[in-house]
Amino acid sequence: MAANKLNLKDKYRLLTRDLDWEFSYQERKKAFPFEEFEGIKITDWSKWEDPFRLTMDAYWKYQAEKEKKLYAIFDAFAQNNSQLNVTDPRYINAIKLFLTAVSPLEYQAFQGFAHTGRQFGGVGARVACQMQSIDELRHVQTQIHAMSHYNKFFDGFQDWSHMHDRVWYLSVPKSFFDDARSAGPFEYLVAISFSFEYVLTNLLFVPFMSGAAYNGDMATVTFGFSAQSDEARHMTLGLEVIKFLLEQHEDNVPLVQKWIDKWFWRGAQLLSIVGMMMDYMLPNKVMSWKEAWGVYFEEAGGALFKDLARYGIRMPKYVEQVQTEHMSHQLWWTMYTHGHATGFHTWIPTDEEMDWLSEKYPETFDKYYRPRWELAKQMEAEGNRFYTKALPQLCTTCQIPMLFTEVDDPTQLSFRDTVYHGERYHFCSDGCRDIFHEEPEKYVQSWLPVHQIFQGNCGGPGVEQVLSEYYGMNLGADNLDIKGSPDEQRWNRWKGVA
Amino acid sequence: MPVRAITPDYVGEVKDLQANFHGNQLVYVGWDHHLMFCAAFAFPLPPTTTFRQLRDEVMVEGFSAHPEWKEIDWDSTQWLLNGEPFIPQLDVALIDQGIDHKSLLRFQTPELKGFMGAAV
Amino acid sequence: MSKVYLALQDNDISRYIVEAIEEDNPGVTIIHNPAMIRIENEGTLVVNRETVEEKLGRDWDVQELHLNLITLGGNVDEDDERLSLSWNA
Repeated sequence: MAANKLNLKDKYRLLTRDLDWEFSYQERKKAFPFEEFEGIKITDWSKWEDPFRLTMDAYWKYQAEKEKKLYAIFDAFAQNNSQLNVTDPRYINAIKLFLTAVSPLEYQAFQGFAHTGRQFGGVGARVACQMQSIDELRHVQTQIHAMSHYNKFFDGFQDWSHMHDRVWYLSVPKSFFDDARSAGPFEYLVAISFSFEYVLTNLLFVPFMSGAAYNGDMATVTFGFSAQSDEARHMTLGLEVIKFLLEQHEDNVPLVQKWIDKWFWRGAQLLSIVGMMMDYMLPNKVMSWKEAWGVYFEEAGGALFKDLARYGIRMPKYVEQVQTEHMSHQLWWTMYTHGHATGFHTWIPTDEEMDWLSEKYPETFDKYYRPRWELAKQMEAEGNRFYTKALPQLCTTCQIPMLFTEVDDPTQLSFRDTVYHGERYHFCSDGCRDIFHEEPEKYVQSWLPVHQIFQGNCGGPGVEQVLSEYYGMNLGADNLDIKGSPDEQRWNRWKGVA
Repeated sequence: MPVRAITPDYVGEVKDLQANFHGNQLVYVGWDHHLMFCAAFAFPLPPTTTFRQLRDEVMVEGFSAHPEWKEIDWDSTQWLLNGEPFIPQLDVALIDQGIDHKSLLRFQTPELKGFMGAAV
Repeated sequence: MSKVYLALQDNDISRYIVEAIEEDNPGVTIIHNPAMIRIENEGTLVVNRETVEEKLGRDWDVQELHLNLITLGGNVDEDDERLSLSWNA
């Protein structure tokens, strides 16, 4: 290597921390007003390390190459009419859910990192947040591009951003990020960079995307893996954030632990959506949600928390209460029974799929979940496909319908409540109740879709007007069972099936 | 600390005060061990609704699709109001028997085991 | 000791990177999933520039790894010569 070429470490130092400047006419505290109120103590920002030592010039170079590869594949996908190569039109519904639930979170992450990066006094942290912010914007753009192709052929893709802000089940992902972005900058980093990116997003972008490949969807697997290649950098930032905060001051340890407990639980509940997508929405299945949880949380997360034990950090508090055995089944049943109010199609799993589920969940599927599908089949055969009539009770914290069962009794719904300033609040779990107790003034503001409908804030008067006029769903096309849907009819026509 | 905020003495706006429901109050009703219904239902009701109206009109909408609904023996059904055992008075208004805004009512029918005996 | 891991997109470049990893990390586990290759090892894992260059038959910058990388687990250390992953416990 030529002697005049800077090595990576020197280049990184020159292009990051030496870019900083001293403030001559303004107090530093006023320049970074958000840095202290959370109680985190930073004594020396120069201790911040980016293990990848990525500088802006290298960042643009590699990101540009990733984009070129990605768009070449999108072009090939479109030119080859590859929408016809997916396993089965049911698969497309997982992508509809991805576009309305996940892609807007990429945009929220872009905004969150732009804001958070501005708030840090340390230049290394600012540069890392800036890159991540740009990454997240890239992710939402590539996802929209990839899925716009499906919008030409299938229903339900037309108004994803509008829907994200309004639709009942999409308030779950939306409120997750609203919660993180309205926290201070250090909690935001622990929430998103560490708990979400490091501990949990692998579960979304790795096994689910591998599943997309297995279902013939090259566009999605490509944007997924391209995004995840940035996530590898984000995960590394997340781990660095945690180590940095813990090394800066011992008083940071309990604060960080509390945030890990909270955001692990928020994330695990949120990811039940991914569990449902993997177990029920992918016609060709790579692994079950329970298996994915084993590899990407229990094994990988176990190693991580063992490594962090030297700082006095333990496993997240509610880890024993995560119901990987049950959550995907309970959530898909909820979506199936609310299929008149979803922006995607739902269906009864086929007999082969149910056998796969029994094999993957031998202790529970046949005992608790197969009978529900037998009932659904019976009702469908009688010409009476089951759509539930009334609106469900929601958890104040995670905003998911209160559909989860007790940890020690899968036949009984779990109910938790508390009274704060004379008002009663309901929760799906101990974790969600305890998060409320930590910051009730935040969660009394939860925008719970069912309550908002009853307050008349979502149009109406009937549910049908809420769905069509306020949510923007094309009723009869976007919603209801896949059987008899326009999506299915078109697919059969393309495939020459009567 | 009720919230970790940069604004001193920050207080949140309570979104679900009863006053926001145009004269109604919310009542949640769940059927224990019957998971055909994924969650308890939320109903906006005038506080003067009687228990009989709740049971024989409102609840029918939510629960009657269940194959066991018609078999329920209301005389032996057990009730919980916000987690405590409760004996409903059929012709008394909800509010006058302690069922207030955002109360949760659960009912239990131990002789009915759900579809295929599987708590469905 | 816990396992560190690396997942790469299953493509032509990754094939050589995986070969290099296998050579430099005896005992490493390679798992093929649809469209991806997962590489696991007890405690540590290293990707050396020199070995990858030898396999590829061309210059290779360690940061090029990002083009094929899907995810990783472990403490990262990267410089001009190598990327390493490790757990301290």
